[in-house]
Amino acid sequence: MTDQSTPTFGDLALEVRSKNAGPFWVTMELFMRDEAGYALAAAPENVNEDVIAALYAVRAEDVQIFRIPALNVVKISFPRPVSQAGLHDRDVHAGQHHVPLAALRPVSPEPV
Amino acid sequence: MKAVRVLSPTGMLGAGFAQSTVDRGLDLGADVISVDAGSTDSGPHYLGSGTPKTTAAAVARDLRVLLRAAAKAGIPLVVGSCGTSGTDSGVDWVAGMVEDILCEEGLDLSVATIRSEQRADFLKARLRAGAVHPLAPARELDEATVDSCTHVVGMMGHEPIEEALRAGADVVLAGRATDTAVAAAFPLMKGMPAGPTWHAAKIVECGGQCTTNPRTGGVLATIDENGFTIEPLDPDAACTPISVAAHMLYETVNPFRMREPAGELDVEHATYTALDDRRVRVEGSLFHLADQHTVKLEGARVTGYETMSFTAIRDEHILANIEAWTELFDKIFTERVAQTLGLDGSEYTYDLRRYGYDAVLGDLEPASRPPREIGVMLLVRAATQELATAAAKVANPLMLHLPTPDMDYLPSLAFATSPAETERGPVYEFVLNHVVDTRTPTEMFRIDLRKARTHD
Repeated sequence: MTDQSTPTFGDLALEVRSKNAGPFWVTMELFMRDEAGYALAAAPENVNEDVIAALYAVRAEDVQIFRIPALNVVKISFPRPVSQAGLHDRDVHAGQHHVPLAALRPVSPEPV
Repeated sequence: MKAVRVLSPTGMLGAGFAQSTVDRGLDLGADVISVDAGSTDSGPHYLGSGTPKTTAAAVARDLRVLLRAAAKAGIPLVVGSCGTSGTDSGVDWVAGMVEDILCEEGLDLSVATIRSEQRADFLKARLRAGAVHPLAPARELDEATVDSCTHVVGMMGHEPIEEALRAGADVVLAGRATDTAVAAAFPLMKGMPAGPTWHAAKIVECGGQCTTNPRTGGVLATIDENGFTIEPLDPDAACTPISVAAHMLYETVNPFRMREPAGELDVEHATYTALDDRRVRVEGSLFHLADQHTVKLEGARVTGYETMSFTAIRDEHILANIEAWTELFDKIFTERVAQTLGLDGSEYTYDLRRYGYDAVLGDLEPASRPPREIGVMLLVRAATQELATAAAKVANPLMLHLPTPDMDYLPSLAFATSPAETERGPVYEFVLNHVVDTRTPTEMFRIDLRKARTHD
């Protein structure tokens, strides 16, 4: 179970960031502080395509996740839901869209 | 040559760097200077309008330092994606500055320009030949979309740049090019292996981004037959295995594989080893030649004209009832536009953004803290500037005086400027995300070399 006392991925990370990857994709990374934090972020029950789809209102089949233990990094990419710099784009560089990911809490506080 | 040293002073021409960055690169034996001058990252306006994001004085300042360095060391300078989007106007803009600087400095260098803008009839012929393919998440291209673009550029690989260098260019001013091709062209020409060359080119394309202190200037990559070594040009900055490996994550969809016109860089099995506390050795990078050479297209078109208006709310009661206030705004605004301008929802669109509340993340916003104040931005888009501004002016009394439904008096809200409306002119969108199968790697690009006097 998650509750407000469980640390967020943002709490467990050195940095969580997001950015355009070209005009049509967004990419974001969880730079975890240590191997324990990485184990939580890399655990498929915590971060998977369906979780990201729900968090960002995108299709799960479009989500790509890369787990990189050598860097303690989990990287997530998906097509930009809103056309870059269009009337309804409020984040031209997609540089602030890491916040919902950083606010996410692991389902289990223990590495699995 | 046994090794080629590539000096990358900055991630963006015009962003600035210290003279000492370049001096140190030359002292370390740089064989070529490469710098990127473009990006799509700031949106489709620059390609759509064919105008640069950077200011001329800043670009000229950086160019002057680099041209002097190239002339002094007798090494080539390669500039990619001139004028932000790499349109022909962007190449001309940079070429004009280079000409002035060479004249003022008394430098005698051969300058090649490479134009990358694409004609609609060429693209439509290639489309009819089945030689244009969509990249995810785009759909098949049609001729009407090609015709709708104000500018289309092709992203060149290393081949046109190499051809210009072989023809004797000291300075290559390229239109749209992959960020990596700018740095890869010279080492590839000198026979360095493709895997380490393309990987090094990706690592240096953002200047100091791959160091522990990205704000301190450029980097030098030394490419040889087995790999490459990367070091920062600021003596106080460091490259670490993590800082270098992590740069493959930056602005990439897939951190292990990256498509270039000629093939695909594969760094899945690359190793990153610290040589000392500030230099990193990278080996094991591969490059898989593609069966079909392709050039990626970028295109932008006008979607309409926008007018912006901005007001701010500090009244506690409205802040506490901002959803009801927004609903009332939507209702009265659309009614008034229909009543006064006779426009329905198909003839204009708008976006009302509540900065300080949920403007940036919208429905994704996880926070529920009450805001201290809210900036309300109205963006109206219509087919003409006049219509967009007319609709924004209809909203003006609402952005000044609209209460919440339960208030029995009219508040006066805080406009940020007078007049409240700002005309934004034409607005653009990126519409192409496609590749063209090429018959030769250089057929889509036009090289023009102006020889220096001493080379005659």
